[in-house]
Amino acid sequence: MNNKYNPALFWFAVLNAVATFLLIGLGGLVTSHEAGMSVPDWPTSYGYNMFALPIKFWTGGAFFEHTHRLLASVVGLLTTILAVWLWAKDARKWLTWLGIAAFLLVVAQGILGGLRVKWQLDWLGVPHGAVAQAFLVLTCALALFTSRWWHNSAAEKQIPVRIGLRGHVLAVTIIIFIQLLIAATMRHQHAGLAISDFPLAHGKIWPDTSPEAIARYNAQRVEINNANPITAFQVNLQMIHRLVAYFIFLGVAMAAILSRKRLGGGDFLTKLAFLWFGLLTLQILLGAATIWMNKAADIATGHVMVGALALLVGALWWLVAARRTALT
Amino acid sequence: MKKSLLILTLAAFGTLQLSRAADITGSITLKGSAPAEKELTPIKDDPNCSAMYPNGLPKTKFYVVGAGGELADVVVSLKGITGKSTGASAAPLIMDQKGCLYYPQILAVQTGQKIIVKNSDPCVHNVHTVPKENASQNMVQMPGGADLTFTFDKPEPFLKFQCDVHPWMFAWVSVMDHPYFAVSGADGKFTIKDVPPGKYTLEATHRKLGTQTAEIEVKDSGATQSFAFEVK
Repeated sequence: MNNKYNPALFWFAVLNAVATFLLIGLGGLVTSHEAGMSVPDWPTSYGYNMFALPIKFWTGGAFFEHTHRLLASVVGLLTTILAVWLWAKDARKWLTWLGIAAFLLVVAQGILGGLRVKWQLDWLGVPHGAVAQAFLVLTCALALFTSRWWHNSAAEKQIPVRIGLRGHVLAVTIIIFIQLLIAATMRHQHAGLAISDFPLAHGKIWPDTSPEAIARYNAQRVEINNANPITAFQVNLQMIHRLVAYFIFLGVAMAAILSRKRLGGGDFLTKLAFLWFGLLTLQILLGAATIWMNKAADIATGHVMVGALALLVGALWWLVAARRTALT
Repeated sequence: MKKSLLILTLAAFGTLQLSRAADITGSITLKGSAPAEKELTPIKDDPNCSAMYPNGLPKTKFYVVGAGGELADVVVSLKGITGKSTGASAAPLIMDQKGCLYYPQILAVQTGQKIIVKNSDPCVHNVHTVPKENASQNMVQMPGGADLTFTFDKPEPFLKFQCDVHPWMFAWVSVMDHPYFAVSGADGKFTIKDVPPGKYTLEATHRKLGTQTAEIEVKDSGATQSFAFEVK
């Protein structure tokens, strides 16, 4: 057991993080294609062993759901190996426990996904999506903690970061996570677009949500997929999602400006903050495109993936800053 | 003795005549223009399904409207009637999956009445019910697989059937706990059969256009009531 940089361990942790990110994308495609219940049984698939399902059944929505299950199995296996590897080879107790936490979380996530299918409960898709985002942050944190940079960051420790800036980034990151919960709740209503225009909402700055108005919106909607009728709750939820998005955008812009001002343009954290700002800009464009393109599955899934990256970059910024000296 | 029997028989016949059930008939129309239906483009995602449409893809069927405004797929029923289901002894209804679409798309049944779901397609479907009052079910049906049978215990309007393998496939089933209902046909007409004489509230519901009601009285000769819906 040692506390030195282990390149094999690091790259394995990176592989796990990348696989997790792809898994979130595939999970996003499952929901975007309304395919979550296309394979009614679990852990079997159409009565077959999951790993032996004939390829002729990998069609339509079942393609997304089945490949999601297969990739989830791969991530489960990678996370298990990583946890064992950390336990066997890394001297840092806290990191060993973090590896065990990742293992437990991936198991819980797999069971959650399975129960969502077995119990036919739409709302279980919300915690399933939320745990996925948290798990991505954890796998990337494991990669960071096993990196050469983390092992050799003694000099890095000397560059101070103000506590106020750290707190700001942490607060915005938590709000992004809340925003992802709102988004998961929206997506798991299976009601398509509750508001089909942007930047206005049903032609107004704040849409009419009276019963008559909701009945009118539903009468005018011609949904191709099996969308449920929209409700006032869903319209209001999308409006909250929009408002929180603007708030996050401003918060991330402020983080980038403050990082540049306090740390200088060449600092890694400043660059990371500007990357964060770029992601938020892209995310807002993708959110608008999701509406303009009537929730096209690829665009909506891109919105999910960039949302995950936005959470991740905020969390990584905070972790890197936490490695440095705090300045009051 | 013979005379008494004759009088009793005539009296019984007269009573039967007085309480004879009759039909409620009517028609449904749509005023104005319905929103344009959309082509089911995702069918292209599954070659098994798209191969069945060499001459162009079908469209959604939310508003099935005739040239004269005749509106199909409106569920018409007596309101406030409960506990009168004869579904257990009623003939089963058939719902088919054909060309990766449900036929019919709007159906009405009684509680306890069987719905037999067929798969006439060369591909796998899952038949997933998404109820609010009844228990949800989700079953796979292989091409050429055995028919699936569904029954529902509780009344519920527009209970959704969907295929998640092919998310453009959906149908709605209204479940009643009485036999007094009908679904308007392509000509917009409906007939509710064998309704006992009396005063009732008649309800007509289109999944997109909402509900209209009318107070009616069913006499020996039956009753007639029409509804006109409008897209607002």
